[in-house]
Amino acid sequence: MSEIQNQYAKRYKPRKIINYLMLTIMLLSTLLALIPLFSILTHIGISGIKALDLQFITNLPAPVGEPGGGMGNALVGTLVLVSLAALMGIPVGVLTAIYLSEYQQTGLFPSTVRFVADSLLGIPSIVVGIFVYLIIVLPMKSFSALAGGVALGIMLIPIVIRGTEGMLKMVPDSLREAALALGMRKWRVIVSIVLPTAIKGIITTIMLGIARVAGETAPLLLTAFGNHFWSTKLDQPIGALPLQIFTYAISPFDEWHNQAWAGSLLLILVVLFLSIIARLATRGNKLN
Amino acid sequence: MLDKDIKKKAINPKDKSNAQNIPLDKIFKALTFTASLGVILLLGFIIFKLFMESALSVEKFGFKFITSMEWDPVKGEFGAGAYIFGTIVSSLIAILIATPVSVGIALYLTEIAPPWLSTPVGFLVELLAAIPSVIYGLWGIFVFVPFIRQYIQKPIGDLFGWIPLFSGPPLGIGMLSAGLILAIMIIPIITAISRDIISSVPTLQREGAMALGATRWEVIKYAILPFAKSGILGGIILGMGRALGETMAVTMVIGNRPEIKASLFAPAHSMAAVIANEFTEATDDIYLSALIEVGLLLFLVTFIMNGLARFFIWSVARGPKGGIRQ
Amino acid sequence: MEKVIQVNDVKAWYGSLQTLKGISLEIFKNRVTAIIGPSGCGKSTFIRCLNRMHEVVPGAKVEGKILINKTDIYSSQVDPVEIRRKIGMVFQKPNPFPTMTIYNNVASGLKLNGVKNKRVLDESVEKSLRRAALWDEVKDRLNHSGMSLSGGQQQRLCIARALAVEPDILLMDEPASALDPISTLRIEELVQELKEQYTIVIVTHNMQQAARISDYTAFLLNGELIEYDITENIFTKPTDKRTEDYITGRFG
Ligand SMILES: Nc1ncnc2c1ncn2[C@@H]1O[C@H](COP(=O)(O)OP(=O)(O)OP(=O)(O)O)[C@@H](O)[C@H]1O
Ligand SMILES: [Mg+2]
Repeated sequence: MSEIQNQYAKRYKPRKIINYLMLTIMLLSTLLALIPLFSILTHIGISGIKALDLQFITNLPAPVGEPGGGMGNALVGTLVLVSLAALMGIPVGVLTAIYLSEYQQTGLFPSTVRFVADSLLGIPSIVVGIFVYLIIVLPMKSFSALAGGVALGIMLIPIVIRGTEGMLKMVPDSLREAALALGMRKWRVIVSIVLPTAIKGIITTIMLGIARVAGETAPLLLTAFGNHFWSTKLDQPIGALPLQIFTYAISPFDEWHNQAWAGSLLLILVVLFLSIIARLATRGNKLN
Repeated sequence: MLDKDIKKKAINPKDKSNAQNIPLDKIFKALTFTASLGVILLLGFIIFKLFMESALSVEKFGFKFITSMEWDPVKGEFGAGAYIFGTIVSSLIAILIATPVSVGIALYLTEIAPPWLSTPVGFLVELLAAIPSVIYGLWGIFVFVPFIRQYIQKPIGDLFGWIPLFSGPPLGIGMLSAGLILAIMIIPIITAISRDIISSVPTLQREGAMALGATRWEVIKYAILPFAKSGILGGIILGMGRALGETMAVTMVIGNRPEIKASLFAPAHSMAAVIANEFTEATDDIYLSALIEVGLLLFLVTFIMNGLARFFIWSVARGPKGGIRQ
Repeated sequence: MEKVIQVNDVKAWYGSLQTLKGISLEIFKNRVTAIIGPSGCGKSTFIRCLNRMHEVVPGAKVEGKILINKTDIYSSQVDPVEIRRKIGMVFQKPNPFPTMTIYNNVASGLKLNGVKNKRVLDESVEKSLRRAALWDEVKDRLNHSGMSLSGGQQQRLCIARALAVEPDILLMDEPASALDPISTLRIEELVQELKEQYTIVIVTHNMQQAARISDYTAFLLNGELIEYDITENIFTKPTDKRTEDYITGRFG
C-alpha cells in the first residue's frame, strides 16, 4: 500500500463515525418534526371525536351549561366566506396566471406582477384584515361576511396565480404550436388546449389555496367578526369555524374547550381532505 | 388550390366565425392584462391605505413609536416597543430552532432516505403547513404549553434558574412557548425550499465528490451545502417573514403581556397579537391609527424579507428559456 | 410548372441572433421539396417562416417577402391565423393534444374553427385518417386518447390532424426523426402519396431520405441558401463545393 493509501485508511475510521453521526442527526430531525404532527392529529382525533356528532354540525352554539350546542352556523359561515373568496380569487388569479404564462413571460411588467404576487403571499394575514377593515368595514359601518370573503379572496389570489402559472408552464410549447399551426386563434388555443391540458393541476392548486384560507382566523377577527346565530347575509357579521374555535379555546370553560376540539376536528377534516386529495392528485398526475 | 367543394364545407364556416374572433382575441388578452394590473394596484392600494391611516400616529409619535414602551389607550400614548421586542425575539427563537431541523430534514429526504420513504415522509412534513394556525394555538394551550412547563421549564429552572434567561416561575405560557410553536409552524416552509434547492444541485457535483471517495456526509458538506446555501438562506428568511406575521398561535400562547423581560419563560406580547386583540375595541382615532402603524411596520418588514428571500432563492436557480422547443 | 410559394430575400432573427441571411427560392405545386443542412443552419426557422410560426417565439423577427399563391403573407392586411389555417404543419416530435381522443384530435382544427356539423366532421376525420394511413389501425378506438398510440401512430395522427383542415401546403419539420425505421418508412410512403394533392416542404436530417422522397432539394448552411435544384442534380452533380462536402459526409 502506498503512503497516501495508508494515510487514507487510517483516517477513514473517524470520517466514517462523523458520517454516521451526521446521518443520525438528520434522521432525528425528521422524527422530531413529525412528533408535533402526530400529537396534534391524535389530540384532535381523540378530544374532538367526543363532542363531534350530528347535533354539533347542525346546531347553534349554546350557552355554558346547556347541552346540545354546536357549530352549524360557523360551518355554514366558513362555506359562505370560502365561496366568496373563491369567487374573487379564482378568476383574478387564473386570468393573471394566463397573462404571465401565455402573453408575456418576461419583461418589467410580468416580473412586477410576480414580485407583487409573492409579496401578497407573504403579507401577514392580520394586515390583510386591517386593509379590508379600512376599505369595507369602515365605509359600511358594519363587520360583514362580504368583508371576510374579500379578505380571504385577497389571500387566495397570489396562491392561485403562482400555482396556476406553474401548471400552465408545464404544458409543452409543442402543443401550443400545434394548435397555432392549425390556425386557431390564440384565445382559443388557451381555452381549448392549454387550460384543459393543465386543468388537473390548476384545480389542485386552487383546492390547496382554498384549504389554506379556510383555516385563516386573524383577518376574520377584523372583518367577518363572528356571529352566534344563523346568518348568511353578506352585509352582516358571520360566524366561521376558526373564529368559533378561537373564542372557545380562550374561554375558561371545559365544556367549551371540548367544543373547540370538536370544531378543530371538523375544520381539519375539511382542510386535510382538500389538501390530501389535491396533493394525491398532483402526485399521480404529473404532466408527461 | 383545393377542390371547391371541400373549401365550401370546411373553410367557409370557419371564415365566418373568424370575423367574430378577431375582437375576442383582443378582449381575452385585455381581460388577463386587467387582472394582472389589478393585482399590482391591489398591493399599491394596501400600501397606500396603511400609510394614510397610520399617518396620525406616525406624526404624533415619530420614531419614538418604535422605542417607547408606553402603550396607554387611556392617556392616548402609544409606543410599540414591547410588541416589537416580543415579535422579534419569538421569531428569532423559531428560526434558531427551525433552521437546523429543517435543513436536516431536507438533507435526509433528498440525500439519504430511499424514495419509497422520502415521498410519504416529505408529505407528512408538508402536512404541518396545512394545519390552520388556530389549531396550533389550541394544541399549544392544552397540550404543548403544559408539556413545556413540566418537562422543559421546571427542570431547566431548577438547574439554571440563576441565569436571567431562565429565571422566573415556570408558567408555560410565554416567549419560549411562542417561539417553539412558531418553529414547528415554519419547519415545513424552510424544509420545502431547502429540498427544492438541494435536489437542484447537479448530479455531476455529487458524483464528483463521491468519485474522490467522500462519505455521504462529506458529499453533503463539500458538494451540496456550498451550492445550496444561498437558496437555503432564502428559505430561512421566508420562514422568518412568516413567523413575524403569525397571529393566532402566538396570541394564544405568548401570554399577551407587553413587557420586556430577560427571561424566556416570562409572558410577552407581539405586534400581530396586539392588533388582533385590540383592533375592534379601538375607539378613538389615534388608538386605531397606532394599531395600523403596528400593522404597517409588520407589513414593511415582511415585504423586505420577501424581497430578500426571492433574491437569495433566485440567485441559485435557473437560466432563461430558449430554443425552438419542439 | 406552377409556383406555389415564392420566397424573396427572407431574413430571420431570434433576438439579435440572425438565423436566416436572405433566402430566396420558389416552391412548386404538387412537389416534395426537401430542406437539408447541418444542425442549427436554420432549417426549422425557414420552414416556420412559411406559415408565420416563427414570430410566435418571443423576440423573433422576420424580414423579406413570402408570396403564397401570389398573396404576400407578411403584408399587414394578412391575418397570420388565416395563413396557418391554410398550411398544415407537422412537427419533429409527435404532439397530439393529450386531453383529446383520437377523433377529437383529428377534428380539432375544424371544431375549434367553428365546424359543428357531425356528418362533415365524421367524414373529414375518416378521410384524413385514411390519407394519413392510420384509419385501419384506429378505426375501432376513435374514442381512446391520442396518447395511447405508439410514437409512429401519434405522428401519423398529427399528420391527419394537419390534413383535416384541408390545407394545400404541408410543412413537415423532421417528421420522422423521433421514429423507428418502420414508422419512418410509412411516413415516407405517405409523403409520396400525399404529394398527389399537396405541396410538401419537408425538413430532414437524413440525406438518403431527402434523395428518396423529394423532387427538389435546398441546401442551407449557416442561414444561407447554398444550392437549390432538382434533387437528382443536388445529389449527383452539385455545383457548390460545400454542397458536395455535405452530401458526401465530409462535414457537419
Ligand atoms: N427560440 C430560439 N431562441 C433563440 N435562438 C434560437 C431559437 N431557436 C433556434 N435558435 C437558434 O437559431 C439557429 C437556427 O435554428 P434552427 O432551429 O432553425 O436550426 P435547424 O437547422 O432546424 O437545426 P436542427 O437540425 O438541429 O433542428 C440556431 O443557431 C439556434 O440555436
Ligand atoms: Mg430543426
